[in-house]
Amino acid sequence: MSELLNVPTMAEFMAQGKQPEVLFWVGCAGSFDDRAKKITKAFVKLLNKAKVEFAVLGTEESCTGDPAKRAGNEFLFQMQAVTNIEVLNAYEIKKIVTACPHCFNTIKNEYPGLGGNYEVMHHTQFLKALLDEGRLTIEGGQFKGKRITFHDPCYLGRANNVYEAPRNLIRKLEAELVEMKNCKRTGLCCGAGGAQMFKEAEKGNKEVNIERTEQALEVKPEIIAAGCPFCNTMMTDGVKSKDKEGDVAIMDIAELIANAQDL
Amino acid sequence: MHYLPNIVFVIALIIGIGYFAKNVKKLVRNIKLGHDVDVSDNTSQRWKNMAMIALGQTKMMHRPISGFLHIVVYVGFVIINIEVLEIIIDGIFGTHRIFSAIGKPYGVLIGAFEILALLVFASVIIFWIRRNVIKLKRFWKSEMTTWPKSDANIILYFEMVLMTLFLVMNATDVHFQDMNSGNVISQFIAPWFGSLSESTLHVIERTAWWLHILGILAFLNYLYFSKHLHILLAFPNTYYGSLKPQGQFNNLEAVTKEVRLMMDPNVDPFAVPAEGSETNVPAKFGASDVQDLNWVQLLNAYTCTECGRCTSECPANQTGKKLSPRKIMMDTRDRLEEVGKNIDLNKGIFKDDGKQLLDNYITREELWACTSCNACVEACPVSINPLSIIMDMRRYLVMEQSAAPAELNNMMNNIENNGAPWPYNQMDRLNWKNE
Repeated sequence: MSELLNVPTMAEFMAQGKQPEVLFWVGCAGSFDDRAKKITKAFVKLLNKAKVEFAVLGTEESCTGDPAKRAGNEFLFQMQAVTNIEVLNAYEIKKIVTACPHCFNTIKNEYPGLGGNYEVMHHTQFLKALLDEGRLTIEGGQFKGKRITFHDPCYLGRANNVYEAPRNLIRKLEAELVEMKNCKRTGLCCGAGGAQMFKEAEKGNKEVNIERTEQALEVKPEIIAAGCPFCNTMMTDGVKSKDKEGDVAIMDIAELIANAQDL
Repeated sequence: MHYLPNIVFVIALIIGIGYFAKNVKKLVRNIKLGHDVDVSDNTSQRWKNMAMIALGQTKMMHRPISGFLHIVVYVGFVIINIEVLEIIIDGIFGTHRIFSAIGKPYGVLIGAFEILALLVFASVIIFWIRRNVIKLKRFWKSEMTTWPKSDANIILYFEMVLMTLFLVMNATDVHFQDMNSGNVISQFIAPWFGSLSESTLHVIERTAWWLHILGILAFLNYLYFSKHLHILLAFPNTYYGSLKPQGQFNNLEAVTKEVRLMMDPNVDPFAVPAEGSETNVPAKFGASDVQDLNWVQLLNAYTCTECGRCTSECPANQTGKKLSPRKIMMDTRDRLEEVGKNIDLNKGIFKDDGKQLLDNYITREELWACTSCNACVEACPVSINPLSIIMDMRRYLVMEQSAAPAELNNMMNNIENNGAPWPYNQMDRLNWKNE
């Protein structure tokens, strides 16, 4: 790696008696999944570039409990939630940003009932805010004029009505944003939600990610943009199974913006 | 004998409305078999939702063709019912077209009814063609067995007959045709009966009038036995629909209590629970039968009109899995009806019938196929939430039966042991920084 990322932890901030502007909740995929780690780094590069004083929990972070809850294990979910909330509250966290819509949804909507009240933003919303405040500039670079379609993550779109932030960012790249026949409100799931990521699908005549990939390929994109590490994996697998990995790239919005600036 | 028709009319009215009221009582009782749930918050937003979604039909228009046709039938249904008021007054007091006393506006009113009746008739014919000739996919899914298909067609035939009777009644009303005001449609039907004598016309007019009102009473009573209850229940259902973001699933309070106890270092785990305290009754986690659901979920089940918008948007269903959100709602309603009948037969107390919603109606395979993507919830034009029932049943499977698929058990073990769904050490969570 060419440059070192500046990734302070909450513990380090605490030791200096300081409070960061925002906590970056990395999430399990962002921490451990090889593909998702690239998204995490791209987002950190952007935070560094925009001089955002952020921190991560590092080894003090744990799964939000989302997959357990959607699988029906409310008990395990609440154990995870209460533990995480204790950590977050001990650090007096006010604002959280995450690149995972599942973490985003869980912390934003399901933690308040258990004593965790924070302002929670998806990274696309956060980047859009940085842009609006003039702290971050976005240029098209290599993506200028490219055909990009955006796959709405269920837990960002339908679940929380965030449709425009990621699209605004793509438009800023001066790319050609093309919409699939099912988008926004009627966007089709990638097949990973509800803990499906961790199990084989039930018997059917097709995988959900193949169906969604076919919808994406229909609009002949050069890039399928995603805003969720799980969607990213599912769409990447889908494109591979169609032997299109040479023609179509699957990239997170953060990666698009970071790569456009050669970060 | 002069008053015989009036007496017959009043008796028909009492029987028709009385029997319907009896079934509504049963309906309310069945819905109340569900758990209580607090939906007393934010009344202004709830009224607004009801006005927009049920009254204003906003979500119907997401599918413009069926949405538009539905609005025609809906507006026709609501407005033509003003005519029913006149029929009832005429029937009780033996008057004829009592509202015609208001003069010219009466013609305008009836003219509007006639136009709407024709539009409703045409829309219903198109609906019938969509179901039976074009065979739209969502009307032919596997849960659409014989009865649901016949039910839908019976409703359409009912409406065709009622609209025909209304127009024939007007066309054969000699006095009304002579007034030549408001007979915008029926004037073109009247010539078909031109060769008949005035007395024959009178008989036809009276017959159509009686069949029309008796048909309406029959239709009213048919509602309870069909999917068509949505014309009434859509209103409370949209009022009680969730106001939270769709991604927010409820946190089970019974679990919260247990988790708090486990996390509290000051709790004596061996303490004897206080006499009569709630902890004596272990709460059942999740749902295996309709009584474990809350009453809004049961209201949802009765409200479903089996349009199948949910199922056609469901990613699992689209890719050939067994899950169909519409079937979840139909099964819940059918089981609830079964439980209700059981209670009726056993003097008000449910007698265990060895059946339940899980397995006897909804299979595990269906439950585990859900991606919790909320497409079904978004698609429903009357705020039904099939996903909440799926989640409550998964909770029962996992927390009461430990019956999750093996791979999910692995995932959950990982979360429990190392704080991630995969077997990575929590101490390695920041390693990416230096990779």
